[in-house]
Amino acid sequence: MNRYIIGLIAIVFCCSLQAKVVHQERSMYRNIVVEDDNVLRCLRFNVRTSKTNQSCMFKDDPNKLVFNYTKLLFASLLVMEEAPKNILIIGLGGGTMSNALHQIYPEAIIENVEIDPAVIKVAREYFGFFENGSVTSKVQDGRIFIKRAGLKQQKYDWIILDAFNGDYIPEHLLTREFLAEAKQILTPKGVLSSNTFSTSELYAHESATYLDVFGDFFNVTHENNGNRIILTTNFGLPSETIISSRAKELHDTLKPFGVNTIELTTFFTSTKDEKDWPSDTKVLTDQYSPANLLKN
Amino acid sequence: MAVKQQLHNSLVYFLAFSSGFSIMGIELLGGRILAPYFGSSVHIWGSIITVFMLSLSLGYLFGGKLSTLNPSLKRYGLIFILSGITVLPIALWAPNIMESIFIRIEDTRYGSLLASMALFFIPTVILGMISPYSIRLLVEDREKSGQVAGRLYFVSTIGSALGTIMTSFYFVLWFEVNDIIFAYCTVLIALGLIALAFHHKEPSRHE
Repeated sequence: MNRYIIGLIAIVFCCSLQAKVVHQERSMYRNIVVEDDNVLRCLRFNVRTSKTNQSCMFKDDPNKLVFNYTKLLFASLLVMEEAPKNILIIGLGGGTMSNALHQIYPEAIIENVEIDPAVIKVAREYFGFFENGSVTSKVQDGRIFIKRAGLKQQKYDWIILDAFNGDYIPEHLLTREFLAEAKQILTPKGVLSSNTFSTSELYAHESATYLDVFGDFFNVTHENNGNRIILTTNFGLPSETIISSRAKELHDTLKPFGVNTIELTTFFTSTKDEKDWPSDTKVLTDQYSPANLLKN
Repeated sequence: MAVKQQLHNSLVYFLAFSSGFSIMGIELLGGRILAPYFGSSVHIWGSIITVFMLSLSLGYLFGGKLSTLNPSLKRYGLIFILSGITVLPIALWAPNIMESIFIRIEDTRYGSLLASMALFFIPTVILGMISPYSIRLLVEDREKSGQVAGRLYFVSTIGSALGTIMTSFYFVLWFEVNDIIFAYCTVLIALGLIALAFHHKEPSRHE
């Protein structure tokens, strides 16, 4: 009996020793912590809660994606007719999404936009965030980048909105006006994927706002933790048969990244079939967007 | 006479309270108004706070100067009415003003600074005039001038605190930004009219 207890203590002791902070800094926007354990390296924006891991990678296999939500984002590829050529990522995190996409589509232009210069630095130094002629990063507020892109008439066939985390929501990235600006820079076959964490009342407002701008959309969810990918397109939603044939096509390509496309298809739900929020829900606008108050 | 004096003073304190409430309520909405065009980077608040501080400082100077020339509740009321009117363009034309600045200036620091100036400078200068002018209307003798000033700062700063918390906790949850701005306009103009009405009831007071 004692041996078990000692063994247990030894395990706890060893593992708590193993999870060590490799880097910590306070940026203008947040606390940034990089933490290592036996297998994972994780980026955190807040120290207290363990829920706020932004990005993790396997130390021995940096290609393989750790998080379900990053895997869920790949569901977007199942609604695209062809490989994306111009990708815009709002919210860098550890840069894992950008790295993975560059490996899958080396020809694609990938632009990362991140408000916090410290996050870009940490992604480069600790997460192997990769930049070259076709993969770039820019320090800017996502809304401003998209507004300017609209003025310059730039177009993207895939926009990934990953600027939300469980703690704080940039309220100006959740309004009808913003989504309309984003839609405007999508190509006719373009797809917008939004990784969000909305719960309670905000879920309804967010859903109503996306519906208002894009029409029906897909929710891609797996675990019931308030995290969902909202998948919208500029051309309506493709049918189930198209999605499952795309899943088969992409299966082998995405397997090395730990993404099972066949399994992904089972996480789709369409708002065409069910709208699980009250129909009189107020749409969020630049005039009314108390997202962080509605979240509670 | 003493009762009338008390009423007069209470009115001035109440109006100073309301101006403090409005100033911070409007400043807080500034972040909301600017975000669609200039984002929510740290320097956006830098721009807004800079413009408010600058405007208030000038307002104090002008208000103090103005209080030396025939001070009266009538002029005091007119300051309120003018401030209410100059707040109105924030609700009416903010997107157009910000759009034209956004197109011309790429750097969001200077863009947001210029936009804050265009939207908030004039109304905040006028709102800043209220505090020193209030002190002039309240002070009867030199011995008590410091006490009066202290009480006035107390009342108007409590107003600011309440304006901040009410706007950020509740108003943005209940109303649209423009509705809140319109409400501030209406309240400021109404208070100005009340001051004018009082002035006509006590015409000889300060002349």
